[in-house]
Amino acid sequence: MPTRSSVLDARALARTLARMATEILERADGTERLVLVGIQRRGVELAGRLKRLIDEAEGTNLALGKLDITLYRDDLQSIGPRPVVGETSLPDLDGKTVVIVDDVLYTGRTVRAALDECADFGRPRRILLCVLIDRGGRELPIQADIVGTALTAGPADRVDVLVSELDQRDGVELVRGS
Amino acid sequence: MASAPALGKDLIGLEQLGAEQIRLILDTAEPFKEVSERPIKKVPALRGKTIVNLFFEASTRTRISFEFAEKRLSADTVNVATAASSVSKGETLVDTARNLEAMRIDMVVIRHGASGAAQFLGQRIRSNVINAGDGKHEHPTQALLDMLTLRDRFKRLEGLKVAICGDILHSRVARSNIWGLTRLGAEVGVCGPATLLPRNVQELGVTILPRIEDAIQWADALNVLRLQLERMQAGFLPSLREYNRVFGVTNERLARAPKDLLVLHPGPINRGVEIDSDVADGPHSVILPQVTNGVAVRMAVLYLLAGGSPDWAQSSGGGD
Repeated sequence: MPTRSSVLDARALARTLARMATEILERADGTERLVLVGIQRRGVELAGRLKRLIDEAEGTNLALGKLDITLYRDDLQSIGPRPVVGETSLPDLDGKTVVIVDDVLYTGRTVRAALDECADFGRPRRILLCVLIDRGGRELPIQADIVGTALTAGPADRVDVLVSELDQRDGVELVRGS
Repeated sequence: MASAPALGKDLIGLEQLGAEQIRLILDTAEPFKEVSERPIKKVPALRGKTIVNLFFEASTRTRISFEFAEKRLSADTVNVATAASSVSKGETLVDTARNLEAMRIDMVVIRHGASGAAQFLGQRIRSNVINAGDGKHEHPTQALLDMLTLRDRFKRLEGLKVAICGDILHSRVARSNIWGLTRLGAEVGVCGPATLLPRNVQELGVTILPRIEDAIQWADALNVLRLQLERMQAGFLPSLREYNRVFGVTNERLARAPKDLLVLHPGPINRGVEIDSDVADGPHSVILPQVTNGVAVRMAVLYLLAGGSPDWAQSSGGGD
């Protein structure tokens, strides 16, 4: 029987994002040449919120991109059903500090694909990885630079990131044994 | 998890597909349009797949379009043109296919003069088979790109009135369009000389429009078919000039349309026969957007048949 517990409620999520926005500015040495790229789907919403937080604090208008990595996956054959391919639209990445934003970091395969895809669009000066939840369980040597919350979840568990744009409410929930 | 309307092993025709499957192909084609606009026009989705383009009939546009689609998905491709192959030495279709399969290919794109050739091949080899036109039967990817172009402009296909004009009898493009459009709720009319309309064509659920003026009055879009010049020798038509005078799509005729008509043509165009140059190059024409969409639709079909079957359930960020 799966059990659902809250990891972050709406207010905790807002605080976490505010801290992540500050950390992005610290790690990227300010906003110059800074580009945020969200991974479809919820990474796009999170990147949009981080952009608003940074723009409000710094009076900037950061470049924002979205990336769908479906066509760069390594499991077209083996794992079967994937969602319909989403939109990719990226600003100029050459010489930029690119912050890839995703909701959950698990095996690292999505990030591997995102790095490959970014390389086909240009040559960033630097790429940082920013995730809301690091749930452990890596299958590739990939680590995040900026982490909202780290937790330990097994293969049978699921982390649900909810954003009001898509899910009518904000929050992060852990579903054990689903 | 909702069940995915997968396409199965082969794409033989639109007759066998349901509305959900056709919509799936059109929706999957949308993001592929953007891939062709990238600085590096390539994604690794079909890396390591081997695809043979087996063309028993002359084709430039369709073959090049498939080839671009394959290359932009990173597949390895081989073109077999029959004039230079063992087919001209009398090898049968089955032997050709078995030899290709013995070389461990993953997909075959086939064009053949005989109706049913693609299905025949698909039943005999394990590789995925895509029909790029078989005799008078079907040309599914052409109809899909026509439908994508119509959907781009009208934002819907339901209730849309599409008149297919010309040689309906010999046209696999017409047949695939009729199946696909009616399945998605569009209304289809056919317009052409009585000698070039199939008998009892109404049974496919289409309206007969005897004169081109009727088609122009009735339709939201005209899909003007290429008039194959060899039909004249076979006695279906008295002369090309007469065909142009009676059935040619001209700006004068379009000016009398009650609404702004969209004009499609699968190409290659016979300028001054079925369509005048100033229509083909004019504001009504979407002939070049059709060509652009052709690559995206073929990428979608290749991707879906290769195993990229989607599911409708929203993944809610389990992450990986």
